[in-house]
Amino acid sequence: MTLRIIGCGNVDRGDDAAGVLVARRLLALGVESFGAETSEQSGESFSLMDCWIGFEHVILVDAIAPNGTPGVVEVWNAHTAELREDLFPCSTHAFGLREAVELARTMNRLPQLLQIYGIEGKQFSFNTPLSPEVEHAVESVAQQLLELARTMARR
Amino acid sequence: MNKQPSRTIKVDTLARVEGEGALYVKLKGDQVQDVKLKIYEPPRFFEAFLRGRHFSEIPDIVARICGICPIAYQMSAVHAIERALGISIDPSVRLLRRLFYCGEWIESHTLHVYMLHAPDFLGYPDALTMARDHQAIVQQGLRLKKIGNRIVALMGGREIHPVSAAVGGFYKAPSRSALKDLMDELKWALDASLSTARWVSGLDFPNFEQDYEFVSLCHPEEYPFNEGRIVSNRGLNIDASEYEDNFTEQHVQHSNALHSVLRGRGSYMVGPMARFNLNFDKLPAVAQQAARDCGLQAPCRNPFRSIVVRAIELVFACHEALRVIREYEPPAAPRMQACARASTGRAATEAPRGLLYHRYELDQDGLIASAKIVPPTSQNQKRIEEDLWHFVSQVATRPADEITRKCEQAVRNYDPCISCATHFLRLHLERG
Repeated sequence: MTLRIIGCGNVDRGDDAAGVLVARRLLALGVESFGAETSEQSGESFSLMDCWIGFEHVILVDAIAPNGTPGVVEVWNAHTAELREDLFPCSTHAFGLREAVELARTMNRLPQLLQIYGIEGKQFSFNTPLSPEVEHAVESVAQQLLELARTMARR
Repeated sequence: MNKQPSRTIKVDTLARVEGEGALYVKLKGDQVQDVKLKIYEPPRFFEAFLRGRHFSEIPDIVARICGICPIAYQMSAVHAIERALGISIDPSVRLLRRLFYCGEWIESHTLHVYMLHAPDFLGYPDALTMARDHQAIVQQGLRLKKIGNRIVALMGGREIHPVSAAVGGFYKAPSRSALKDLMDELKWALDASLSTARWVSGLDFPNFEQDYEFVSLCHPEEYPFNEGRIVSNRGLNIDASEYEDNFTEQHVQHSNALHSVLRGRGSYMVGPMARFNLNFDKLPAVAQQAARDCGLQAPCRNPFRSIVVRAIELVFACHEALRVIREYEPPAAPRMQACARASTGRAATEAPRGLLYHRYELDQDGLIASAKIVPPTSQNQKRIEEDLWHFVSQVATRPADEITRKCEQAVRNYDPCISCATHFLRLHLERG
């Protein structure tokens, strides 16, 4: 099963960079040697839907809205859960990751397996740094996904 | 005595506009008492952020101002800096920049027509709900947007935050064969954009016209992207270097964005309707005919019909992209060398949402001493509020939720990009 890991976000907006940084970290860790591909996306929904075409197993990583516990990671299976609107308001577009998933669900364009990793952010202002909690979560998620890719490659 | 009740319509978060905005309308009976389009995203500080940077860095930095129209920011920046440095670009580079802009217009207009504005006309709360009943339409929109993405990715080096645009040209010019690979899909896109125009022309438009001053670039031979004089339907005809002599920005209490006005005249409209009305004769025959077939005539003064105008500009962008690819010969060098000198350059180009003005003052080492960026949404913002003043009175007797929906639709006529429209305002406070 081909795996694509898509990191979403804006690297200029503090913790909104989380998804993109996970994708970059995975690339640096050599995830492609296990047959997985990485991609960076802004989170704009049409492009996201394009980006997962042709892949059976897709993992989206994005920052989610602050809820008092920065760095906490939540994981959803898109086939079994609808994404909560209040958790994905961070995109500068009104049409973002959540809408991409729900639109694809409506149009039967979800990949065979679509998982969403949400990393809770704290600060999203322009030109702010990554918060320490999110920096830690980025490394943790990258290591988890590397292990997943390694395991899949062994099968 | 019959006392008329007061009603206040508040939309705390405007959906389906880029960025974050809010709308406040106060009514007394069917009389409008107040209208405010509020922008509450924190100021973007971009102009201050650019100071001290080398001119060669600017195209990459300004591309980050907006996720939807990074090409526009790059194009206004490179043209302004090239004017400062006295650089003339290769004709092939000029063609490539038009193709780059075609890609962005296709992306942006498709997103707006299909997913952001169409639900208003079809009576759906959002595109997700609309997609359940109109899957074929949404599929067409997805495919159209994809060809825009492909052009931007090819020209920009990547889909998001494109990196290949440079002062003097591009870091790398595409091969002819790479461009020709786009042609089959672009031919489909041209047909699809024609069917898009037919589809949206059949929507139901409120009967609402205003006496606008339309402002856009105007070029003697072509529908405008990167070059031309700034003109209006009321006699304005200036070079971009005269922009700040003719336009000024005003701070208003309720918004982080500045309101642009024409000095001594007031509000004006930029964007697809302004371009269409001022440049109809520069559209290719296929787009002119499509407009006639849609019952669209210049001047169009109904802002709700801007969805049809955007569809006509989609026809133009697909046709123009095909023309550029057919004519393209790779340049001898992808970019001209740029040598630093103390100077100032100003330029305006046509972002999908309208005129985008940049000014850069460079020192002798090529570092930015000052920058000014006036995005289309801040130019349209006063006009949007004025539209609402007049439009709300037409629907003031309707239920509050209907008024809300209609007002949101009226705001979306302008496809506002609110996160671009907020930028830093220096405030001097005096205490007595």
